[in-house]
Amino acid sequence: MPDLKNLTLNFGPQHPAAHGVLRLILEMNGEVIERADPHVGLLHRGTEKLAETKPFNQSIGYMDRLDYVSMMCNEHAYVMAIEKLLGITPPIRAQYIRVMFDEITRILNHLLWLGAHGLDIGAMTVFLYAFREREDLLDCYEAVSGARMHATYYRPGGVYRDLPNAMPQYATSKWRSEKETRKMNESREGSLLDFLEDFISRFPGKVDEYETLLTDNRIWKQRTVGIGVVSPERALALGFTGPMLRGSGVAWDLRKKQPYEVYDKLDFDIPIGVNGDCYDRYLVRMEEMRQSNQIIKQCISWLRANPGEVLLADHKVTPPSREHMKDDMESLIHHFKLYTEGYSVPAGEVYSAVEHPKGEFGIYLVSDGANKPYRLKIRAPGFSHLASLDEMSRGHMLADVVAILSSQDIVFGEIDR
Amino acid sequence: MKKIVQIIKSFTLWELLIGMKLTGRYLFAKKVTLQFPEEKTPYSPRFRGLHALRRYPNGEERCIACKLCEAVCPALAITIEAEPREDGSRRTTRYDIDLFKCIYCGFCEESCPVDSIVETNMSLYHFENRGENIMTKPMLLAIGDKYEKEIAESKRADAPYR
Repeated sequence: MPDLKNLTLNFGPQHPAAHGVLRLILEMNGEVIERADPHVGLLHRGTEKLAETKPFNQSIGYMDRLDYVSMMCNEHAYVMAIEKLLGITPPIRAQYIRVMFDEITRILNHLLWLGAHGLDIGAMTVFLYAFREREDLLDCYEAVSGARMHATYYRPGGVYRDLPNAMPQYATSKWRSEKETRKMNESREGSLLDFLEDFISRFPGKVDEYETLLTDNRIWKQRTVGIGVVSPERALALGFTGPMLRGSGVAWDLRKKQPYEVYDKLDFDIPIGVNGDCYDRYLVRMEEMRQSNQIIKQCISWLRANPGEVLLADHKVTPPSREHMKDDMESLIHHFKLYTEGYSVPAGEVYSAVEHPKGEFGIYLVSDGANKPYRLKIRAPGFSHLASLDEMSRGHMLADVVAILSSQDIVFGEIDR
Repeated sequence: MKKIVQIIKSFTLWELLIGMKLTGRYLFAKKVTLQFPEEKTPYSPRFRGLHALRRYPNGEERCIACKLCEAVCPALAITIEAEPREDGSRRTTRYDIDLFKCIYCGFCEESCPVDSIVETNMSLYHFENRGENIMTKPMLLAIGDKYEKEIAESKRADAPYR
């Protein structure tokens, strides 16, 4: 018997199933993984260091770019950290808007995850269907903030602008008759809330469709059931959060355990898994989409009934309205002061975490009393998930690494920062 | 009985057929795809695309070189140099935006006290040569002149919210 050595296989950084720029060194015995060694850092942009050189507000846009599939949730953690340091509370309407957009973001993230997960395992169709629904939600993003992804919408003290009363409409073209265009514009007749309401009434049916394609499918089950099993104890020890932890059967959700904003006033459930395998994590995320849908529904009915301010009127922190800025000297001074120097926050340190679609996304902020953070630390959920890839994939086949990796919902923007 | 049903379903590829039925329905359904260059998705008036510098209706440029946008730009994409003009008013002699650095956060537009620098709803543009990514003052003013009507319309639509 000759002395056989394990094969070392480079997976990525330019592998279509590597979810971005993951370089994975796999030590393989035949087709069985002996060791998986993820190399990170290929998307490092120095967000934490960059934030130390800018006034607080200027880093909001960079938070979008951390986990670039759940933009507003990242902003939320950062903005909440600043608010905690300043000791301000945004108006209640702004809190509802934030919660609503956090849940929209959760659906966006889970839809992209579902599409990518399906694609990795070999189901092409669900990717196309998921992106069809993402389109509508991205339109909501665009309607409030002006950008389809990197919104820069949340501000310390609220959100930048109120929800619009009109949605943009499709123009007629030679490809479609007048009647067809009118039909496409039907849901866009009213305000953003009407558009969203139309979406959430359709969406549970769409989730059913994805489930029809996947949940009972024998190929899907063969690829996911019993793959990457994590026991609840190990999940806690490995620092899992979010659907990864809930998939293992631990009922932990920051929205319930330490409610922020208005989550304590909303009615929703936390789905948990039983076996802690890829299939359970899939089921948990599917149910989370339905629950998010439920939360958005409650937010819409509240927001309809309660118009009001969306940004604090404390002009040491938030800019005055443009109308005031143009005819009031003091407001103009505030405006200039805010957009050049920003605001100084009291010295101290604070940790604020939100239930991000991927897990606990936290911002640890140290301030020395200046207008810039002294230190900003980002707690990215994906990092601890990826760190457990070795344990989860050991003993599995090569093709299962892809299934495990995508069931962790890895996005490199947040891991490499 | 349940066992038998399960065996029958397993042998007849039942769940796969259900899935095929769904995809089959979409195969014949009306497509949601847009025919891109001719058809476009609707743009919100808040859309943040290519920049433009605007003028007042009398043709005077709005920018007063206060440099707020330069100060607020997180990506340091804006470079401004200013001097008094012959008539004594302070104007920019250089106003460059590096589109490779720009992150389209919209802070320049938010900060501008005279609504001069705006982000239009143009998202379709390209460069062919090195250096074309830097939008100079004449280029920005030209965009502003060309699309003034659209810009004014979308700013008016969004004014109540700002």
